[in-house]
Amino acid sequence: MTTIDAHHDHHDPNLAHHFDTPEQQFSSAKLGMWVFLATEILMFGGLFCAYAVYRGTHPEVFLYAHHFLDTFWGAFNTVVLIASSFTMAWGVRAAQLGQRGLLILLLVLTLLGGFGFMIVKTIEYSAKWEHATFVGPINAFYSMDGSFTNEDKLHHALEYGEKKMHKKIGHVAAADAAIGLQDTTAEVMHLEEGDHAVSAREQAEQESQLIAEVESAANDRPAPPEHSDISRPQVAPAGLSELFQDVGGQPEPFVAVAAAQGHAVVTWDMLTDRGKSLVSQFFQIYFMMTGLHGIHVLIGMALIAWILYRALLGQFGPKYYTPVDLVGLYWHLVDLIWIFLFPLLYLIH
Amino acid sequence: MSVIPKPIATDIFGKPVDELHDDNYLTHGKGILSWLLTLDHKRIGLMYMVTVLGAFFLGGVFALLVRTELINPGPMFFSDNMAESNDFYNQSFTLHGAVMVFMFIIPAIPAILGNFVLPIMLGAKDVAFPRLNLLSFYVYLGGGVFFVWILGKGLLNVMFPQLVEVWGGGGLDTGWTFYTPFSTDSTSAVTAAVAGAFILGFSSILTGVNFIASIHMLRPKGMGWFKMPLFLWALYATAVIQILATPVLAITLLLLIAERTLGVGIFDPALGGDPILFQHFFWFYSHPAVYIMIVPAFGVISEVISVFSRKHIFGYAFIACSSLAIAILGFLVWGHHMFTSGQSAMLSAIFSFITMSIAIPSAIKVFNWLATMYKGNIILSTPMIYAIGFIWLFTIGGLTGIFCATLSVDLHIHDTYFIVAHFHYVMVGSTLFAFLAGMHYWWPKMFGKMYSEKWGIIGAVLIFIGFNVTFFIQFIAGTQGMPRRYATYPEQFEIYHQISTLGSYILAIGLFVALGVWVHSLFAGRRAPANPWGANALEWHTTSPPPHANFDTAPPATDPYDFEDWQWNDEVQGYVLDEATHPGEARAQATKHS
Repeated sequence: MTTIDAHHDHHDPNLAHHFDTPEQQFSSAKLGMWVFLATEILMFGGLFCAYAVYRGTHPEVFLYAHHFLDTFWGAFNTVVLIASSFTMAWGVRAAQLGQRGLLILLLVLTLLGGFGFMIVKTIEYSAKWEHATFVGPINAFYSMDGSFTNEDKLHHALEYGEKKMHKKIGHVAAADAAIGLQDTTAEVMHLEEGDHAVSAREQAEQESQLIAEVESAANDRPAPPEHSDISRPQVAPAGLSELFQDVGGQPEPFVAVAAAQGHAVVTWDMLTDRGKSLVSQFFQIYFMMTGLHGIHVLIGMALIAWILYRALLGQFGPKYYTPVDLVGLYWHLVDLIWIFLFPLLYLIH
Repeated sequence: MSVIPKPIATDIFGKPVDELHDDNYLTHGKGILSWLLTLDHKRIGLMYMVTVLGAFFLGGVFALLVRTELINPGPMFFSDNMAESNDFYNQSFTLHGAVMVFMFIIPAIPAILGNFVLPIMLGAKDVAFPRLNLLSFYVYLGGGVFFVWILGKGLLNVMFPQLVEVWGGGGLDTGWTFYTPFSTDSTSAVTAAVAGAFILGFSSILTGVNFIASIHMLRPKGMGWFKMPLFLWALYATAVIQILATPVLAITLLLLIAERTLGVGIFDPALGGDPILFQHFFWFYSHPAVYIMIVPAFGVISEVISVFSRKHIFGYAFIACSSLAIAILGFLVWGHHMFTSGQSAMLSAIFSFITMSIAIPSAIKVFNWLATMYKGNIILSTPMIYAIGFIWLFTIGGLTGIFCATLSVDLHIHDTYFIVAHFHYVMVGSTLFAFLAGMHYWWPKMFGKMYSEKWGIIGAVLIFIGFNVTFFIQFIAGTQGMPRRYATYPEQFEIYHQISTLGSYILAIGLFVALGVWVHSLFAGRRAPANPWGANALEWHTTSPPPHANFDTAPPATDPYDFEDWQWNDEVQGYVLDEATHPGEARAQATKHS
């Protein structure tokens, strides 16, 4: 009707023929982007779900293993991403106001933020590679059917972990960690001998297993069936049904007990055999989550480079800045996901 | 009939369209590139039609192979070697299931009919993001070709082992569900096949984004949410499910790929992983996915039932909201696929309860359709035959779903032919029937040609008979204990399988009749009038086939189920509007001829 005539009058090169007004086109694009971002959140939601399941069933494993991650670099990257989100948001404003030079500067800064993040990520990943805590079967903690496949690397990785832990908790808990370090060294020696250290802690562990059995028996449904094709004696199959059984009844008490014993941190030898076999899972989940996030950062950087190119051509202004706005939304999402990943992976207490 | 219809195109007033200026979307732009690079949603819809029907043909051929193999116990017809035969059988039913699910049923109604009809129903020129629409098609095409190539390679390798040296291994023998830990251990090409399914999922997401934005932003003045045709409601609900569920499949498949390539043990119990978590993830997508398949079918049926009963749809708001209710409830029932997986009894009970509650919105729809037909002036044309078949089959499929949702009964029938029959009644009996109803209903609009009613009805009846003969007997075989996914079986089941196989041949013949009807119509059908059925949704307010931009001027939005203004015109063999009472549209048509 009248709107179509308006369309013919203006000949706005950025207005597609099936929209009546630039506002309608902008709103559609923005809605589409939000819907797409919802799909991204759900995609990461799967990983967060996996994270929740494993952390819920084995909080002590996550408490132990998170010490391998470098909190300094993680925090540094968080600052970098938040800063780049700020420059991005400012860039959208600059595009809306037609400040081309400022827009270009801010996009370059945002892009540099992306590079900075990826460089730090590379530093972190190389450390993981070096200390055999990388993704996949080369991980020192990789265990199959309850026994470690890379026992030769385990000692080194454990030492590295102790060092990181020591560094992280600082002077206050240093003494406590030192006890842990001694225990661990003893434990590793025993591992090498293929023996088991008999300690008070193992007794506690047996007790907790007893409690688990009693609880399981008290529960009127049968215990979850063993998977017949997998021989893993004495270890119940992992599953959601295991949630409230594995760690002596409930997930929290283990942590409470550890605190009561005066341990500020969970050390290697405080883990049950089952827990030890699951340390690898933490790293696998860490790499899946940060890896997928890293891919998103790369995609975001490519998109920013593309709008930077278009900004250099002077294609954006107060009348048309949709791509800047949408890429900005995407970049904020990438930032937001990291803001969840950082505490969940690096700051476990 | 004594009146010879005009062999030329006519507009909505029954006036001839000037052939010189008859610029419809099929003639707008010539050459192969004008199709391959088109941004026109109608052409993209047709390109989807060709590829999706190709996938349907392939999936159908393997359905027939599976049925033929099962005609008697023992090894496959082409081989005496039981192991080889089992391998071939496993890959055949996987190919049938995976291709039918990911490449036919999920895209069939939204991508073909939705793409074609949605913008026209909105009185719009195109979907909100035409380029994204084309991208979605090519993602589908690329993913689909890759997927079929990987699966097909494995099958040919079984038959001709020397081919492995030519093109390497392939195939998929996990069933379409990719359950771990088998899928992490299987030597077939799970990684590649899963990558194909991942790509196909992307196409589905992009279509969903496009439809949501289109319905939100492109509705014309006067078309509030509760004045939209119900097909749009159904597509909207479907798009919501596509948006919310498909990403979870994507991450599941990515993790499965990581599991196989990087050795990440998230789903592998030997590595401390949790195979049940895979099932939770998988069904969190795949149960909503069955609603991606069936909800658009509800939309088609709502249109067809009302138009061919010549009566306003009954309970419009209930039908619209029940689509959304099903979309939401569909996310809360995935655990009913896992009653026997060892999940907690509490969880199973909750899932069982919510599953049964889905019967309520489903029944609301069925009763509203029946109430629409009640005292209507029912016209038994081809789309209506399919729609009535749909109601019949959907009711059986839905009620047997209650059996499956009942915990105690499900323990007995889990993984038997009862389940096979149940989901075929819902997926084939319902979605395929609705798809065929929609295809016949919008065919004149899509191609501007009428088809043979007689042969259309013969096809519909054959498909209905063939379908019931194939699958009804499987309910009985399943309750007798015949497990699904087995290449051979005890003698006692032979009669069930033979009847079922016979039915599948009838079904195949019926489908070929339907295909023949379409092909014949393309070459020899008479020109379709603008509105052959007397429907009132906006797609019938333009010529058949529509012009490139759908309308020269968007017609005013009216009640899509008010058919009073359309009068049958013998001369054009279709329904026409009175020019005097519709001056707005008259002006639009006048612009066209000037």
